Amino acid sequence: MNESILLDPTAERAPAERARLARPDSLNGKVVGLLDISKPRGNVFLDRIEEQLSGMGIEVKRYAKPTFTRIAPTELKQQIAAEVDLLVEGLAD
Amino acid sequence: MITPAGLAAHPRLPMLSFYRDKHEQPKGPDMTLSLPDGLIVVAKADCPTCRLIEPLLAELDQSGSLTVLVQDSEEYAAALPGTRYDRTLEQSFRLGIEFVPTLIRVEQGVEVERTYGWHKEDWRVLSGIGDLGEDLPVMRPGCGSKTLDPGIAEELELAFGDVQLQSREIDISSADDAIEACYERGWSDGLPVVPPTPVRVLRMLKGTERAGDQVLGLMPPDLVPCTVEKVAINAVMAGCKPEYMPVLLAAVEAALTDEFGLHGLTCTTMFGSPMIVVNGPITRAIGMNSGVNALGQGNRANATIGRALQLIVRNVGGGRPGEIDRSAMGNPGKYSFCFAEAEDSDWLPLAQERGVPAGRSAVTLFPGEGVQGIVDQKSRDPESLARSFALSLRTVDHAKLAMAGDAVLAVSPEHARVFIDAGWSKQRLREELEQLLLAPGADLVAGAGGITEGIPDRFKDKQVPKFRPGGLLIVRVGGTAGLFSAIIAGWAASGPVGSSPVTCEVTS
Repeated sequence: MNESILLDPTAERAPAERARLARPDSLNGKVVGLLDISKPRGNVFLDRIEEQLSGMGIEVKRYAKPTFTRIAPTELKQQIAAEVDLLVEGLAD
Repeated sequence: MITPAGLAAHPRLPMLSFYRDKHEQPKGPDMTLSLPDGLIVVAKADCPTCRLIEPLLAELDQSGSLTVLVQDSEEYAAALPGTRYDRTLEQSFRLGIEFVPTLIRVEQGVEVERTYGWHKEDWRVLSGIGDLGEDLPVMRPGCGSKTLDPGIAEELELAFGDVQLQSREIDISSADDAIEACYERGWSDGLPVVPPTPVRVLRMLKGTERAGDQVLGLMPPDLVPCTVEKVAINAVMAGCKPEYMPVLLAAVEAALTDEFGLHGLTCTTMFGSPMIVVNGPITRAIGMNSGVNALGQGNRANATIGRALQLIVRNVGGGRPGEIDRSAMGNPGKYSFCFAEAEDSDWLPLAQERGVPAGRSAVTLFPGEGVQGIVDQKSRDPESLARSFALSLRTVDHAKLAMAGDAVLAVSPEHARVFIDAGWSKQRLREELEQLLLAPGADLVAGAGGITEGIPDRFKDKQVPKFRPGGLLIVRVGGTAGLFSAIIAGWAASGPVGSSPVTCEVTS
């Protein structure tokens, strides 16, 4: 059976496309995570971001994936979700 | 076996269109084309009767125009010019074929008669060839049309029929997994749901005679029209069989009554949630559990009907926990809480007590909390057991509260027998319990017993009933071994102030 089309079980009050999470109005009081996916020089980019955020008085936490070739380990994802409000990651080198 | 056109013919036959090739099919309303004059044979290569008559097709072709539609093969009757492989089954569907072989005679673009299977006389009359199939047996039954193979009919109806599903189609082709896509969209209660594809929804709608666009009422808390189709979509997700639809629809109707007060029940910080008790012959027809572990897991009808109602509250009404659903703790019944009463000739079933005629099926919706067991393995006379029940029932809401929450007393068969053997009807038990549950107001008022919780001081000189009139429901349910019964407490805002039990007959 083709399962690529589903019928909406809801009252259809939300758009058919899922909306992205709303961006916060301000970073005040937020904790920002910086995820290094372990591609070369990603740390250079993230070091600079940290420098700027810290300069604004925003708390920053750093994380790194063991390798960019695989998705992040579950433990790391859970740790990030528990510790930060936002996450920035450098996707390419 | 020859049937006049219009009797055996598909109900859609007057609108019939006939295409040699799907690409010729025009779009739009004026797609009524005439059938090709002459004879049409619809056959299946793996049908022995179709193979039996295959040698006759050349003779039929020579006597006039012959079209052969083959459902499963390109090689059957391949030498004849009028043979077409009906690969998509569109033409078989449009002709309303139920059996193969089917022989149809068409005059001036209109079917005039048809026969199916091999009946020598019928084929001779219909074809006008007096000695057709001289060497063949008089009669051979045919086979079922491929259009009616399991799982095929709804696919064809969606592809070629006039099905009108109203709900928005969501394309999840980019998703890795349809079940995960349902989770991501927030359609699940936490357990996996069956992805509601159009075919599954159409199958579900076959379980009811009601039209998909029939509006059952406004579903709180968002007060949006709840259609039969939305019920069917959520029933698919819950894992229902189509045959459960009449029960589910009755439960939804009950939930949408003003008396049931679903809006408040969904929003409350307390525990309650719709619980479904089903009575009558439908419970046996669809295999509901009223016996061992009836309030628990393991029976598809119990599990999925109750779950479907919860999914409808969530998805159609928008009653999601943490949003409008503000329950402080919830209860496990909010996944699903549905069971059948173990009806017994000596005790009036709940639905009949509530006015439904004997022999009919009904659902009773109750704003149930969890299950509190009553263990009494020693009482052997009704007086002792009734006192046991009454003492236990005092704990509904709080032992010092009264006339707040309703309750269902679920009496096990072994306990019920104690009463039945002594000649106590359900009504007698209820009346005895009402007497036993009268309490001196002085014991219940706020502050009494050193407990601040309690009823208002104005009751201190009165005898106070535990339940409001009609607030104690009794059902017989459970396995035949176990001297245990159970209390299912209702919402503390029971009655006109909040929610009253509602019984709805199961119709269609």
